[in-house]
Amino acid sequence: MLSNSRFSIRIPLVILIATGTWIALAASVAIDSRESKKPNGHGNRADGLAAWQKVYSVLTSPRCINCHTATNYPQQGDDRHRHFAHVMRGPEGKGVPGLNCISCHQSENADSTGVPGGPNWHLAPLSMRWQDANDRPLPSAAVCRAITDRSRNENMDGQALLKHHEEAALVLWAWRPGLRPDGSMRTLPPLSHAEFVAATRNWVEAGMPCPPPK
Amino acid sequence: MATYQLNVNGQRKQVNVDPSTPLLWVLREELKMTGTKYGCGISACGACTVHLDGIATRSCVVPVSLVGNRSIVTIEGISSDPVGRAVQDAWVDKDVVQCGYCQSGQIMSAVALLKATPKPTETNIEESMGGNLCRCATYVRIREAINTASRQLK
Repeated sequence: MLSNSRFSIRIPLVILIATGTWIALAASVAIDSRESKKPNGHGNRADGLAAWQKVYSVLTSPRCINCHTATNYPQQGDDRHRHFAHVMRGPEGKGVPGLNCISCHQSENADSTGVPGGPNWHLAPLSMRWQDANDRPLPSAAVCRAITDRSRNENMDGQALLKHHEEAALVLWAWRPGLRPDGSMRTLPPLSHAEFVAATRNWVEAGMPCPPPK
Repeated sequence: MATYQLNVNGQRKQVNVDPSTPLLWVLREELKMTGTKYGCGISACGACTVHLDGIATRSCVVPVSLVGNRSIVTIEGISSDPVGRAVQDAWVDKDVVQCGYCQSGQIMSAVALLKATPKPTETNIEESMGGNLCRCATYVRIREAINTASRQLK
């Protein structure tokens, strides 16, 4: 009788202990999983940095960086020369009266005349410059800091940046840049738009890590 | 070919042209409005400047298909605008014109400047007019005329 009593106690106890152990293990796995996905999770920093380099390669391609200048003028062409016809930035990045951006750049590409176009064609603000005053692209670390500084990037957090890369009309233009005056297609960024968005997403989910300044 | 309804100097005009035809040639060839000039065809000189919804626009690079419902004002219609009249009066007063070929574009750009900035600084004038070229080099008189027109405007 006594042994039966002990046996009847032990089985539920074992089950209780096993259940508790299982719960503890499951919780630990869940915590580890969340840690690996949590922003600034150490396990994803390397992946995030790799993703950032892909994003950086697009941001500093001519179709993007030509309008992210540090000067009072835009650039044009794959060689990123100063925009012709004495075009100026103007107080709002839209040119000046008499020579606005939209004096030539319409709401869509004009392939018959070789003038690119998109909705509300304008320069990025100086706070979003990705070049120095000598028209040289800034290093990866500097561009990363600029793009993640909410006091400079029109208060965009990671999700807003992702949405911007995914949907903004002038961003999308980079992959449909139209024909040059000679009839040839303008050079596309080094990644497809889908690849660019995927890299942005990976970078955002990793906590938007930036490489250290060199 | 396609048919477009254009609003030119307040009048409705209908044209039937290839959609890729630059507005400049629609004005000159189809509507016989030759005040707007062809200088380069690549938006570099400003001789083709007209206004689209009040914005100075280089008509040589804008296909007619992209004009839409925007109102077009050419040199032929600018005198109906008080700023346009002041600019034209100043152009006459200062004897700006030499050969005259660039001047319709110069006037259209000057009007756009003064409508946006009635009291422009020298820098404003230089920046706004810097894209309008004059091989006769009437730039000094152009600048004087803009300042004269500005003083006439309240």
